[in-house]
Amino acid sequence: MMTVQASKIGTNAEPADTPILEMCGISQIFPGVKALDGVNIALYPGKVTALIGENGAGKSTLVKILTGIYRPNEGEILIDGKPTAFANAQDAIDAGVTAIHQETVLFDELTVGENIFLGHAPKTRLGLIDWRQINERSRTLMQALESDIDPTTKLKDFSIAQRHLVAIARALSVEARIVIMDEPTAALSRKEIDDLFRIVEGLKRQGKAILFISHKFDELYEIADNYAVFRDGRMVGTGVLKTTPQDEIVRLMVGRDVHDVFPKTPAVIGASVLSVQGYSHETEFRNISFELRKGEILGVYGLIGAGRSELCQSLFGITRPASGTLSLEGSPIIINSPADAIAAGIVYVPEERGRHGLALEMPIYQNISLPSLVRTSVSGFLKAANELKLARRYAERLDLRAAALSVPVGTLSGGNQQKVVIGKWLATAPKVIILDEPTKGIDIGSKAAVHGFISELAGEGLSIIMISSELPEILGMSDRVMVMREGQSAGIYEREGLSAETLVRAATGNA
Amino acid sequence: MQNLLKNRELLLGLIIVGMILGFSTRADNFASPGNLANIFNDTSILIILALGQMVVILTKSIDLSVAANLAFTGMAVAMLDAAYPGLPLALLIVVAIGIGAMLGAINGFLVWALQIPPIVVTLGTLTIYRGMTFVLSGGAWVNAHQMQPDFLGFPRTVVLGLPILSWVAIAIVILVSFILTRTSFGRSTYAAGGNPVAAIYAGIDVGRARFLAFVLSGALAGLSGYLWVSRYAVAYVDIAGGFELDSVAANVIGGISIAGGIGTVIGTVLGALFLGVIKNALPVIGISPFAQMAISGIVIVLAVVFNARAERKKGRIILRDRAAKTEVTA
Repeated sequence: MMTVQASKIGTNAEPADTPILEMCGISQIFPGVKALDGVNIALYPGKVTALIGENGAGKSTLVKILTGIYRPNEGEILIDGKPTAFANAQDAIDAGVTAIHQETVLFDELTVGENIFLGHAPKTRLGLIDWRQINERSRTLMQALESDIDPTTKLKDFSIAQRHLVAIARALSVEARIVIMDEPTAALSRKEIDDLFRIVEGLKRQGKAILFISHKFDELYEIADNYAVFRDGRMVGTGVLKTTPQDEIVRLMVGRDVHDVFPKTPAVIGASVLSVQGYSHETEFRNISFELRKGEILGVYGLIGAGRSELCQSLFGITRPASGTLSLEGSPIIINSPADAIAAGIVYVPEERGRHGLALEMPIYQNISLPSLVRTSVSGFLKAANELKLARRYAERLDLRAAALSVPVGTLSGGNQQKVVIGKWLATAPKVIILDEPTKGIDIGSKAAVHGFISELAGEGLSIIMISSELPEILGMSDRVMVMREGQSAGIYEREGLSAETLVRAATGNA
Repeated sequence: MQNLLKNRELLLGLIIVGMILGFSTRADNFASPGNLANIFNDTSILIILALGQMVVILTKSIDLSVAANLAFTGMAVAMLDAAYPGLPLALLIVVAIGIGAMLGAINGFLVWALQIPPIVVTLGTLTIYRGMTFVLSGGAWVNAHQMQPDFLGFPRTVVLGLPILSWVAIAIVILVSFILTRTSFGRSTYAAGGNPVAAIYAGIDVGRARFLAFVLSGALAGLSGYLWVSRYAVAYVDIAGGFELDSVAANVIGGISIAGGIGTVIGTVLGALFLGVIKNALPVIGISPFAQMAISGIVIVLAVVFNARAERKKGRIILRDRAAKTEVTA
């Protein structure tokens, strides 16, 4: 029997065709729903297995079983061929399974070393925390990840990407042989993703088995060896990823042919609606100029932290630019606050719609009417009847499913909450709508619906600014694309003949 | 019945009625209309103060300076009345509301413009306003014989069977509930507390909403300052000491979320009445004042536990048939 220590050091000691971990006939039943139905999956040493599936396909349930949070109703987990049962999360860790979650909980005010060893700090003989060991082992772990971060520095001093490295180091600080990565690239820019992939390659060389969950195909094809596709709680296909065309994977995922995931319908583009000239901010962006025309979708592409959201937030009046002018339909306007922007007809749908979009305890109709109260009020006083009328109109248009418009938004499902956010902004009757990462973290089927809706809005003559980090989305949806790099415009490109390479080169500065 | 119990205002109302009935088995006249009117009158100032506090709490803030504001304003108008007996009462009341609003505006300004956490600001101004009361009065008392008869008599004047003090409380209840339900300022307090970031994106000036909430709370504290001094016919530095905690407790018991964004005027009024009934009942059934404080404290802790349980998520509506049953009717 291979010991944990041996597998960590021995790179090619194990033959690659013997799985470290197998799940056989796993079923997980919740009251009224079978979340997993007789699932088989095998993870091999030195291999990355991509776990693919739409939201609700059972991916997170699988992860929770592997990390000991759920106990399956049927089936068994074999580790090195031996049946193993996880009674709790600690059992899973002891068995060598570790997970890097989408949003890892780390502590800003603690040092890197403390974050890495929180909960399993090495102790001295007296039972006190052994700081020397914490810092030495943290340094070793970080060096293994090709990072020279000082473990005694507080976490708050580091960038998002560096924090991610700390999260990975934390996951590896336990003796892990099986590493689960749940959408690890969601918050990362292209360059940071490249760094992450180098780390994954390193883990492969160490003979670890990796389960990699992502929605982004280009990344999966880059990093994964095998794939397993889930649909409705079943494993519907598995094999070697490189030799399987993307169409085949998509077909397995959705169970039907998907012709075009990004259906931008051609729209009639009219006169200039919004004109931005020389917009600059003291620290965030400089000398940005562009025109936005009626019915046009302007994509804004760039790496994370390129200043895209910051630019749009200042167009919306959250922050104020140091210089530059703005004109709407030919007349100059000054926007000092979001209220000014809404009154002028510019709205901004923020990236974190859950956190930034809704007051969950407020009734649905009050959430929808919140930015439109000026229009629904009668001589300065609120009028609930008008608010309800407005809310009902958009609830019907968006096919919102709710028991009543007077129930708190918090009682709705995620998809319906999204509809409330969109309805709230459409209800302001905007001329320009700024969408910040409109499809972040949602599955392919819902993405298509969102894209269809955006196209429809453009077709109705709305002008749209769409910030996105996903190249297929930018290329598929935009009439023109502005690329931002380090707070400055790196060019505006027409849709015709635009390639992904052009955009990436502009965004990274490798002209 | 299950649904009745879910309505927390109704539940609290039933508990209060139950308490009154329970106490009346021990003290004969407890449930008589006259005594109930007395309890309401006794609780009037707490109701007014708690409603100001409520608006502040809705915006995810807290005003610990209300009782100190009350003491300063009460002292100021009592001294004015003593020094210039000719001043009309209406002017003195306007002055009380004005001074209170000004002190509230200082809190609001510090919270809005300087972005200092409300608990820190009002903990500071609590001490400052008490200190100012001492400086203003030199530690001296203003006694009943120094104040004018109309100054003292106004809140006691009985109109339509109730003292004016009670009517003032009723008027404030109506006013605050109108502000919260029918003005955009009222709506913005709920939005600012429920989700400040979403409120900013919706074009609401969260800082301004907080500022106005503090001004309103201060104005009501100022009004309470006059009412307190005239009702108890004395003004000194330590009046209403610790009363800010009662105003917070009334809100907690009434189901106003300390995290902001949740609560109704009825809830706060019932929370205040709940405390009022206990304060009036315990001496009647022979419980010492020290035990009274402990009992009030236990009730507050129980209310917090109850709130925490009630706020726990009941689950979202994902099942289609549950949502479709009464789809988009409202």
